[in-house]
Amino acid sequence: MALLEVAGLRAAYGPTRVLHGISFELAEGSITTVLGANGAGKTTTLRALCGMVRTEGEIRFGGRRIDGRATEDIVRLGIAHVPDGRGTFVNLTTEENLRLGAYTRKDRPEVETDLERMFAYFPRLKERRAQQAGTLSGGEQQMLAVSRALMLKPTLLLLDEPSFGLAPLLVREIFEIMRTINQRERVSILLVEQNAAMALDLAEHAYLIETGRVVLSGPADAIKRDEAVRRSYLGY
Amino acid sequence: MDALIHQVLAGLATGGIYASVALALVMIYQATHLVNFAQGELAMFCTYLAWTLINAGFGYWPAFLLTVGLAFVLGVVIERVVIRPVENSPVLAVVVVFIGLLVILNSIAVWIYTGTIKTFPSPFPTEPLFGNKFMSSHEIGAIVVTLIMLLLLYAFFRFTPLGLAMRAAAQNPASAKLVGIRVGWMLALGWGLAAAIGAVAGMMVAPIVFLEPNMMGGILLYAFAAALVGGVDSPGGAVFGGFLVGVLENVLGAFVIGNELKLAVALVLIIGVLVVKPSGFFGKVHITRV
Repeated sequence: MALLEVAGLRAAYGPTRVLHGISFELAEGSITTVLGANGAGKTTTLRALCGMVRTEGEIRFGGRRIDGRATEDIVRLGIAHVPDGRGTFVNLTTEENLRLGAYTRKDRPEVETDLERMFAYFPRLKERRAQQAGTLSGGEQQMLAVSRALMLKPTLLLLDEPSFGLAPLLVREIFEIMRTINQRERVSILLVEQNAAMALDLAEHAYLIETGRVVLSGPADAIKRDEAVRRSYLGY
Repeated sequence: MDALIHQVLAGLATGGIYASVALALVMIYQATHLVNFAQGELAMFCTYLAWTLINAGFGYWPAFLLTVGLAFVLGVVIERVVIRPVENSPVLAVVVVFIGLLVILNSIAVWIYTGTIKTFPSPFPTEPLFGNKFMSSHEIGAIVVTLIMLLLLYAFFRFTPLGLAMRAAAQNPASAKLVGIRVGWMLALGWGLAAAIGAVAGMMVAPIVFLEPNMMGGILLYAFAAALVGGVDSPGGAVFGGFLVGVLENVLGAFVIGNELKLAVALVLIIGVLVVKPSGFFGKVHITRV
């Protein structure tokens, strides 16, 4: 059974409809990517999963309906969201940001070990531990956003354009860590990306959305070989 | 010289009270970007509750603690019942609700307790402590109580997970929801804390200004000035501003402009800060891109 099942998902901002009934699935333990151009509805899809926009249609997580629930409750089910714009608490320290990620957890001693684990993944964050998070560079804030989400011990990680605005070397590093997290900690990942080439290398399954509709889906390898995708999104 | 020292110390004592009320204002402001005009009346109402408890036979300190607890609950209930429904309304609508609360609390107090002035006991001895000639025991006691409260608040926000969650919710509600913080309840908690702080301020000031439904009017004005001087989004600034306004008000009132014009000090400060440095001493400067 799929971990996440979405059927006929619609969403709108006021009178502007953004998602016109999209359906997709995410297998437990997998990395699935949602590709699409600017304004296709990628970010809105993630926001809809977290109850951050009003939606119609069905969203099931582990078999349970979660559509229409409050964001806080969805998070408590184990869905961590690295939002568009990173969502840093700019006036708090790096460490406080990370601790907030574990806010809903009750296992205090394990939170401490997880904190150290994040510092092992991202040594830069350890150096910046007591620094105000707003003073971190874009790349460091992205690392912070990813590790804050992981502090929840999520079953499903939603990533909104982790490559946005970062140097290529850093992007590769973050993608590598996501692969590790997926393999070692069995965290399922739903990745929204504009950098289609990297996303298709990482993911097992891909969906392509255009103006709020799924236009193509399949195993990442197959999508990569698709003539139209290659020309429009991979650029060769 | 003695007179000056006396005025400065007396200023610190009232300054502590302004600092408390200013801090309550700043707490609500940080979370909602609105100034709660009903903060003073809420404090006044809670002081009446304390008076009722003391008259019902409670000792001073049990009544004090019970009042702080009741104030907290009252603050939470007001936020849930009155403020929540207008949360997403235009600023002006919320301000009208605040003013409505002010009038309602004031009227209820007059209705229940009548408008006559009542004396409110001080828990501190009537003779000056340690035989000093500068400060009354109540003034010293009020400063100590204020400082203890500030310290507790600082520790709460700095070192507890709940305090951290409240700061996060005030700063970035969207991200706070994404880590599972119930932002709505954090706001209610903020209201509860603000009301509790106000209640302490009310009980500390009541022995000086006497208990009556309008006792917090002037104090709220000084607290506004304090919050603005310190920077309306800075808790530390509010405390600093409170003490500064207290001292200025006393010293200027005694030596320069006379007691009748004391309240004008607050108004001049408010206007002065808004004209010269709207972000106050410790506030953040807001820059908006157009």
